[in-house]
Amino acid sequence: MNSATVRNLLVRGMLAGLAAGVLALVVAYLLGEPYVDKAIAFEEAHSHEHEMEVVSRSLQSTAGLATGVLVYGVAFGGIAALAYAFALGRVGRFSPRATALLLSGCALLAVYVVPFLKYPANPPSVGNPDTIGRRTTLYFLMMLLSVLLAIAATILGKRLAPSLGTWWATVAAVAAFAVVIGLAFAFLPVINEVPQEFPATVLWRFRLSALAIQLTLWTGFGLVFGELAQRLLNPKPATAATARHPVAAPN
Amino acid sequence: MAQHVAPPTATTPALPAKLPIGAIAPWAVFFGILMLVLLYFVGSEQGATSVFNGTDVHEWVHDARHLLGFPCH
Repeated sequence: MNSATVRNLLVRGMLAGLAAGVLALVVAYLLGEPYVDKAIAFEEAHSHEHEMEVVSRSLQSTAGLATGVLVYGVAFGGIAALAYAFALGRVGRFSPRATALLLSGCALLAVYVVPFLKYPANPPSVGNPDTIGRRTTLYFLMMLLSVLLAIAATILGKRLAPSLGTWWATVAAVAAFAVVIGLAFAFLPVINEVPQEFPATVLWRFRLSALAIQLTLWTGFGLVFGELAQRLLNPKPATAATARHPVAAPN
Repeated sequence: MAQHVAPPTATTPALPAKLPIGAIAPWAVFFGILMLVLLYFVGSEQGATSVFNGTDVHEWVHDARHLLGFPCH
């Protein structure tokens, strides 16, 4: 029974991730692609060697983009659903739906926003190909650190709650997270490989659109998965309808 | 007196039942790894490390990699 619940949550998480991926894809195509094109135009204007095109630009910006964003949505949907199965009933007195939205918000921060603040998304032509190994290691290290610290902060908050109360335990846990992340930001190496004449507005707009994609993905996931989880875990539409009658009677 | 007691309201939801760790663990291990492999192929294959030769995977998900914040090239 419980194993079946986990499986049902996992399937719903992956489907909700796919749905959220579709929303994120629309945002990526409309807001992000124009700046990818501008960055590639800059690259072509400033590079002397012309690389052979393996996949055409029109495929990269449509089918290729869709593949990447949808697989990303499904994969994170599945992972988030598994985290949700752990969090349910353990993080606090939240309904299944509220737990889902809370988890999505925390995932957006821990998986994307915190690593982004140290190692932000870069358009084509920003980034030296020779340092790809180092940049990849640092980015995944930052992501892993942020997720592990978020889990640790949640456990810390739960431990402190009996003595400090829920409010101050949460404040203390978030403050501890911020301090340790701040130290990581301070001590991990800086990466700045923006070419000298690269237009600042293109870089800024590109990064804003990258943030918008993630905001859409995780908000969409939280709402869709929350609704699916609520229906799976609290299946009582009949009692909700009958409950209205006795409430309306007194006064 | 009993009839004056306020009925339970929907404002304080009951704590949802916990799912036992033992029921989650097998799914978490198997699907967790599978999902991470998917993320690897979207995010990093043929970038810093390669499972397959060439640049086809990299070029196909090129735009998604940039827009999703992964270090690309």
